[in-house]
Amino acid sequence: MTASVPALDIRNLRVEYPLPDSDSFVAVKDLSLHIAPGEIHALVGESGAGKSTVGNAIMGLLDRPGRIAAGSISVAGKAVDITTGRAQGIRQGRDIGAIFQDPMTSLNPLFTVESQLSETLRFHLGLDRGKARARALELLRAVEIPDPERRLKHFPHQLSGGQRQRVVIAAALSCDPDLLVADEPTTALDVSVQATILELLRKLASERKLGVLLVTHNMGVVAQIADTVTIMQNGEMVESGPTREVLSQPRAPYARALIGAVPRMDRRLPRFPVPGDHDQAESEAQTKVLGDAKRDTGPAGTDDLLRVEDLSVVYGAGRLFGRGEPFKALDGASFSVRRGEIFGIVGESGSGKSTLAGCIAGLIKPTKGSMAFDGQSLGERRSKAMHRAVQMIFQDPYSSLNTRMRVGPAIQEPIDFFGLADRGRSATEDAKLLLQAVGLPVDAASRFPHAFSGGQRQRVSIARALASRPQLLICDEPTSALDVSVQARVLNLLKDLRDRTGLTILFISHDLSVVRQMCDRVAVMKNGRIVELGDAEALFDAPQDAYTRELISLIPTLDHLAAPAA
Amino acid sequence: MVGILISRLIQAITVMLTVTAIAFLMFRFVGDPVQLMSREDASVEEKEELRARLGLDQPVYVQYARFIGRVVQGDLGMSFRNQREVATLIAEKAPATLELVLIATTLSLLIGIPLGVYSALHPNGVLSRAIQGVSLVGISVPTFVTGILLILVFAVSFRLLPSFGRGQTVDLGWWTTGFLTWSGIKALILPGITLALYSLTLIMRLVRSEMIDILSTDYIRFARARGLPERYIIFRLALRNALLPVITVTGLQVGSLIAFAIVTETVFQWPGLGLLFMQAVIFVDIPVMTSYLLLVGLVFVTINTIVDLLYVVVDPRLRARAA
Amino acid sequence: MKTGTIRRKRLPMPPYVMAAALVGLAIILAAILSPLISPVDPTDNASFNLIDAELPPSWLEGGDPRYLLGTDNQGRDLLSAILYGARISILIGAGAVLLAATIGVSLGLLAGYLGGWVDALVMRIADVFLSLPTILLALLVAGIARAVIPDADSVFWAPIILIAAIGINEWVQYARTVRAATMVEASRDYVRAVRIMGLPMPSILFRHILPNVIGPILVISTINLAAAVLTEATLSFLGVGMPPDYPSLGTLIRIGNEYAFSGIWWITVFPAVTLVSLVLATNITGDWLRDRFNPKLRGSK
Repeated sequence: MTASVPALDIRNLRVEYPLPDSDSFVAVKDLSLHIAPGEIHALVGESGAGKSTVGNAIMGLLDRPGRIAAGSISVAGKAVDITTGRAQGIRQGRDIGAIFQDPMTSLNPLFTVESQLSETLRFHLGLDRGKARARALELLRAVEIPDPERRLKHFPHQLSGGQRQRVVIAAALSCDPDLLVADEPTTALDVSVQATILELLRKLASERKLGVLLVTHNMGVVAQIADTVTIMQNGEMVESGPTREVLSQPRAPYARALIGAVPRMDRRLPRFPVPGDHDQAESEAQTKVLGDAKRDTGPAGTDDLLRVEDLSVVYGAGRLFGRGEPFKALDGASFSVRRGEIFGIVGESGSGKSTLAGCIAGLIKPTKGSMAFDGQSLGERRSKAMHRAVQMIFQDPYSSLNTRMRVGPAIQEPIDFFGLADRGRSATEDAKLLLQAVGLPVDAASRFPHAFSGGQRQRVSIARALASRPQLLICDEPTSALDVSVQARVLNLLKDLRDRTGLTILFISHDLSVVRQMCDRVAVMKNGRIVELGDAEALFDAPQDAYTRELISLIPTLDHLAAPAA
Repeated sequence: MVGILISRLIQAITVMLTVTAIAFLMFRFVGDPVQLMSREDASVEEKEELRARLGLDQPVYVQYARFIGRVVQGDLGMSFRNQREVATLIAEKAPATLELVLIATTLSLLIGIPLGVYSALHPNGVLSRAIQGVSLVGISVPTFVTGILLILVFAVSFRLLPSFGRGQTVDLGWWTTGFLTWSGIKALILPGITLALYSLTLIMRLVRSEMIDILSTDYIRFARARGLPERYIIFRLALRNALLPVITVTGLQVGSLIAFAIVTETVFQWPGLGLLFMQAVIFVDIPVMTSYLLLVGLVFVTINTIVDLLYVVVDPRLRARAA
Repeated sequence: MKTGTIRRKRLPMPPYVMAAALVGLAIILAAILSPLISPVDPTDNASFNLIDAELPPSWLEGGDPRYLLGTDNQGRDLLSAILYGARISILIGAGAVLLAATIGVSLGLLAGYLGGWVDALVMRIADVFLSLPTILLALLVAGIARAVIPDADSVFWAPIILIAAIGINEWVQYARTVRAATMVEASRDYVRAVRIMGLPMPSILFRHILPNVIGPILVISTINLAAAVLTEATLSFLGVGMPPDYPSLGTLIRIGNEYAFSGIWWITVFPAVTLVSLVLATNITGDWLRDRFNPKLRGSK
């Protein structure tokens, strides 16, 4: 292998999915890519951009009836036969290694780590059992798994998510391929694990002269480890070049908008820069339908709307045949949320932030501790007024709406239930105004949820939550499932709603940069405890707690590359 | 492992207690046992004495406890109809049914699994479609119609095989078997096929759908991406996962097979437990009915407890939880 | 994969499913309309005569043009008997499905939504029922009914006993399916949203969750109708079903089976063909519906 032969060379690739009516859906159009040995090339884009399709096409794993219609692919100088519409002639596993998004499902649960590593070695390299085992051990060392001898005998469920992804990487690299296709390799992982996996990929690429095609939606990850980057939109390349150049001075308008929508870690902007941001009708509807709520909630100020004291949730304590220790999902959390502020709660998975939200919303019964809302105790049994005052929006836009219920009736339900229609408007009109207030057309009311995109669904959820005119809106990872440009718009909407209606927002997220952009005050959680709480600006600029500092330092950002914001 | 064993045993005992409770309620309250067990011309004193001897004057829970006590000792009462010990009757008839069920289970596993795998691998092939079609017919034809058709064709028209009975059997003292004589084996063929057909279809369809599901999982995609040979992926990686639910269903099926044997045995006049039970139902012979219920419950619970434990051995995820 | 952007083509109904659905509908329609369309009323003793007993189908030697499919052992017109018998079989099957669905859906919704001890109780009961095969349980119920009700064989009691005997086992399948689906739905955010709103439980269960779990219920019901008709036929064949003077398809097959060895095949074969056609048609339609509307259900029993 010499440096002059590219690890991957794609010219004018076109991937088509034939449609029933003799037409074709073009998933990838006229794409060219070159990856040198040792180079990490990122393929970024939002959902539907065709970036995963490129990876699958190279590996000959296109979902049927997809096929390669034109172009050429060669891996390490070896041309791949695409005449059948499939990539043939390369040896998957030997010339190309692949890793997928979810390390939980990439390994067969019934076989040991050793068996899954050595099967590839035995087939491709013809090693016997003993040699395969030695090589498997070597691979586990290369991916820096602690205690590799013991890990060989383990089953996938005995490993953590990060360890599994390391095993997956080891399996992908077992025959020394020239190219590694990594499809969203860290998306399912926590920030701290993500950082170590990225570091490992970087190191393996350099040491082994391995070309890496990194498919991702995360600009921060790109900025962190990619040498070169290609931005895709609707199956076409929009911009391509060295990472630093593309991310700091994007030329194409789409690339500029995309990069502008990425939340920054280094400082807070008043709004996300989004093209066509201001909508007159939207803001008028917000004032009209929700403005009177501002009077109800009283002035924004320093008094506490919600007070949480020593709240704990313990699972598995009262079990008769209790196996193992009881698990403390939430461990003595105390804080208060001021009227009219956006209060952020950040933490990695398992930190207890969603449990906390569930308690406040009344979905989870706390084991210990107390909550007070506007001076009144917030227990398990709640008055109708209390149900009205606290509402919530959720992470998954696909599960947060009843698919069998039209959008209009879904928003009307709380209006009718709480008897709010007697303010001079019918419930139907009210629902339509709410739709306008969240930036949706009024005719959305007559449609079913499946007619909407993820971002639109999230707006419907917001309208439904606002229909009862709540004082507190709990947002549990409201934009984690959305593309970055859609996220920017939804976050701007939430900010507007707070400013125009005096809504108090409890904002829960794992994404520190989003929290920095959104929140006035922030609590950082770890293992069910609040480790640090303070004003957002102060906390991000000068974190006091060691864990907070570590968390902030691990976030992959493109701040160091980005041009000063417009 | 001990934890799982204990919890499975508790589960099994709960189910058995419930089944015994149903059996006891039937025994005690369906009709008056004294009336049913005493002679036509028995005097009031004689009936009272019998009542006391049977313990029927005791509180219900005491009666239930005694009932369980008797059942555990193997005392299942007397058959109303032919005045014999039910336990003896069952011991006499059990071998016939068990041999039939054994044949049927073997047939359905040996044929069902390969057919299921094949039709999962070639979902659009001509042969798979044919298999699918035949399997639909298979679950739509009731067991007794299958039996009648087989008799009409092979026994009445061609006179190849016997249409009823077990043929010659060999008495081993505690067991009578039809496996050791030619006529016994010939007699097993038609009832065996009849009984196997339904569970064969079920297993085939299950294997097929499991295989299709598993072949689309990420770890199979990952195995393909590593370039492992297709044969290895299918027979070593995927089939192992696909067979897990088959174990469960086979366990569940053995209970139904014993019950389905009622129909097969009636059609073929096979002298087994099913025929015994059927006659008990027709003649309202409560002790035989309750005993049969207890027996099927016991077989079902035992086999499924074993299957659950087997699962723990096969599936490392459960093994870890058990450790 | 980004294939989500491609609309999957809606599967058209393949011809064989169409044919099956038509055959099924034809049999059901003919059965329901049997009092109007069948040549005679086979339950009326005046309509048949022992002199006409055991006549072969009309196109065979010795056949009588009055009796298209021949007559049974008592001289009843077989075609009429089959039409009336199919009606009885279908009504009993539908009754059993309705009973099972009502019990199963209610318990499944409650168990899935409430969880905890309600769930544990319902599922343990379901386990016990599951450990007793349908046929056995149905026979037990029929057996007990015979002991308790003196005229269990009567035309009034027999259908009720059959519906109870079949329905009492089949509810488990509904309960388990609905419970599992309800648990999935209950953990979805739209249900959490209405819980936060404080909506009362009946509204949550029936207005929000039920519409989302009803699809599988309808599909199961189609397949279960076939199973219930089969069970009824089996019970009647075994002699604990409909009495011979109001025969269902199973009763007819049982009567015919006694004559089959002497070459009088039509009494058993025609009812059997009707039964199998009906069940096969329902199964094919049900299978297609299942794959069409909910591929996830595939493989579940």
